[in-house]
Amino acid sequence: MTWTSSFAADSFPSGSDAFPHKHLLGIAGLQPWEILYILKEAEQWVKLNRAGAAKHADTLSGLTIINAFFENSTRTLLSFEIAGKRLGADVVNMHAAQSSVKKGETLIDTAMTLNAMRADAIVIRHGSSGAVQLISSKVDCPVLNAGDGSHEHPTQALLDALTIMRRKGKVEGQTVVICGDVLHSRVARSNLFCLKSLGAEVRVVAPPALMPSGIEAFGAIPFSNFDAALNGADVIMMLRLQNERMQGDFIPSPREYFHLYGLDERRLALAKPDALVMHPGPMNRGVEIASSVADHVDRSAITEQVEMGVAVRMACLDILTRKARGQEGWA
Amino acid sequence: MTNMSILNGNVILPGADTTALLSLHIADGKIASVGTAVPTAEHIDGSGLIVAPGIIDLGVFKTDKPAFRFGGITRAALMPDQSPVHDDPATVRFAALKGKPDLWVHPLAAATRGLDGLHMAEIALMKDAGAVAVATGRKWIADSGVMLRIMHYCAALDLPVIVHNEDSGVAGHAVATAGETATLLGLSSAPVVAETLAIARDLLLAEESGAHVHFRQVTTAGGLDLIRAAKAKGLRVTCGITPAHLFLSDNAISDFRTFARLSPPLRSESDRLACIQAIADGTIDVIASGHDPRGPEDKRLPFSESAPGMAGAETLLALSLNLVRDNVISMGRMFELLASNPAKILGLNAGQICEGQEADLILIDVDAPWQVDGNRMAALAGNTPFDRLPVQGRVRQMLKGGKLI
Repeated sequence: MTWTSSFAADSFPSGSDAFPHKHLLGIAGLQPWEILYILKEAEQWVKLNRAGAAKHADTLSGLTIINAFFENSTRTLLSFEIAGKRLGADVVNMHAAQSSVKKGETLIDTAMTLNAMRADAIVIRHGSSGAVQLISSKVDCPVLNAGDGSHEHPTQALLDALTIMRRKGKVEGQTVVICGDVLHSRVARSNLFCLKSLGAEVRVVAPPALMPSGIEAFGAIPFSNFDAALNGADVIMMLRLQNERMQGDFIPSPREYFHLYGLDERRLALAKPDALVMHPGPMNRGVEIASSVADHVDRSAITEQVEMGVAVRMACLDILTRKARGQEGWA
Repeated sequence: MTNMSILNGNVILPGADTTALLSLHIADGKIASVGTAVPTAEHIDGSGLIVAPGIIDLGVFKTDKPAFRFGGITRAALMPDQSPVHDDPATVRFAALKGKPDLWVHPLAAATRGLDGLHMAEIALMKDAGAVAVATGRKWIADSGVMLRIMHYCAALDLPVIVHNEDSGVAGHAVATAGETATLLGLSSAPVVAETLAIARDLLLAEESGAHVHFRQVTTAGGLDLIRAAKAKGLRVTCGITPAHLFLSDNAISDFRTFARLSPPLRSESDRLACIQAIADGTIDVIASGHDPRGPEDKRLPFSESAPGMAGAETLLALSLNLVRDNVISMGRMFELLASNPAKILGLNAGQICEGQEADLILIDVDAPWQVDGNRMAALAGNTPFDRLPVQGRVRQMLKGGKLI
């Protein structure tokens, strides 16, 4: 495949390593060439993952990775677990429901405990914005943010960018529409920062009560009318309604929500004929997306996103542990 | 009783913008004369120092003597948000005696039992026990009927009502002001109308009831406009602010800095500038510390799980002096905001340097430089959003009732 971008992946500044960050806490602090470097690195893992029966590398052999999930997750946890195992690491999962968090231990104490177990990387999901950054300040090993509150979900944005890159050839110049509960969505934030950084036009669509204030300061073009936003769209990303983060009514009913913001075939026809449909999952069919659209063979990239997720997370785990593994050139 | 003089200090006199080079004579704990030196056995050399009334801090959450001593605070009005809540005469009487003799604590009575916002507390009994005003606490009273009845009752008892203004419906569980910073960080936020709406209601209820209402923290351009208009109309309303809202905008919460999590939350830069303007034009009557020391168990948490509040007593004076240096207000006006206005609101015979008043005095070296250091504060906890900030102005001596503290 071809990579056409004004930021060539191998044109990062010389003299330092290609990804000079200890942790991956968010997209907001990353340079475009750093994002592209991760995406380029992920390509080799896409190949490996498709390589038939023997999907295994020993890159991280002997390393321990802890997946500390303080909030429920199926696909992200599984994706990180598979990514770690395919790279040969020993992967341990910690679920908040089974942990001492339920017994009143503070987050800092939990972080210190995890640190004392001498993990080589910790992957964290937490329901509070900023919680992953707080933990990262208390541990010695690299920390990967697997989603913190409504703040960031960087690996999701990276896998979405990789999906767009592979389907469309480039991210730059694409018109991407992000529609749904933008206010509560860490996926929307990370995607906005990532896509703007890589040169896309980003339109955000949400009911007025679910549109974050000041979003245009980050380069997004806000719309309340989904139909209008779809005009000329290359990519449509649908978001789930995060009812668990809402206090009070933000919309009257799922039926009315679908009427205004659901992606059905009529709306899909308003976008470009080859527009790509994406969803970070879990999907609520009939609430934000019609089944016929979600399952559309040519247009839906939803399962491909899941596939790219494993590759991107392998790339992140590899890159962040290079220093500890003593890889040459990674100080 | 003590009999002493403070010689050749730069004295802050009531109503004067600048200081006058004078001596004070103190007898029996009171200011006996202001003017020429009276020979006494004991004296303090005030030369090169500002001699000012002790600061009266309207609205603190903890009785924190070391921090108050450092900050030149001789009297503090204690918020009812204590454990247990100050909603009955016994706890109020105990709080009023707690600091004596070197610090006078003036308890504020909880407006409602347990600060539940619904059931009126025994306000008159608490007044007799030493409460100088009634306060809604950290929260606002959502039920307008309850609030109106409290105001009517307090108007009859001649007690000011000190209110917190965040409409609970609009604010919800917000931990930040709606805007770029909250959006970037993914923090739940509320628009500033949460404050203006609450102020508008309480101004209407103040007009209806005739109560003296003090808005403890007004932090938005819109809220200040409402107060300005109400004052022009002749309503008995006053308002205050803390240095945090004068010198920090919501940028300070970037990186999820929980020490900058306050209630009400920090605002936009344009609101901050409106607050400075309201200090300059006299709309704001009081600068207070909002002193609320919080240890790591409350602050070393994810932002939205941390407790709001800052340890402000030690930095109140030095930060307020920035307003004088920046020519926003005169030195004399600054001490109206820090001492004489709080005394007037609470009905205390204090806060001014004049004959017959309690000798609650501070001697200040206004130029003395120091650096705010959260790790080395006198307060019960070092949760200051001004950590590492270089400031100027140190209290060199403090007298409470004529005695050196």
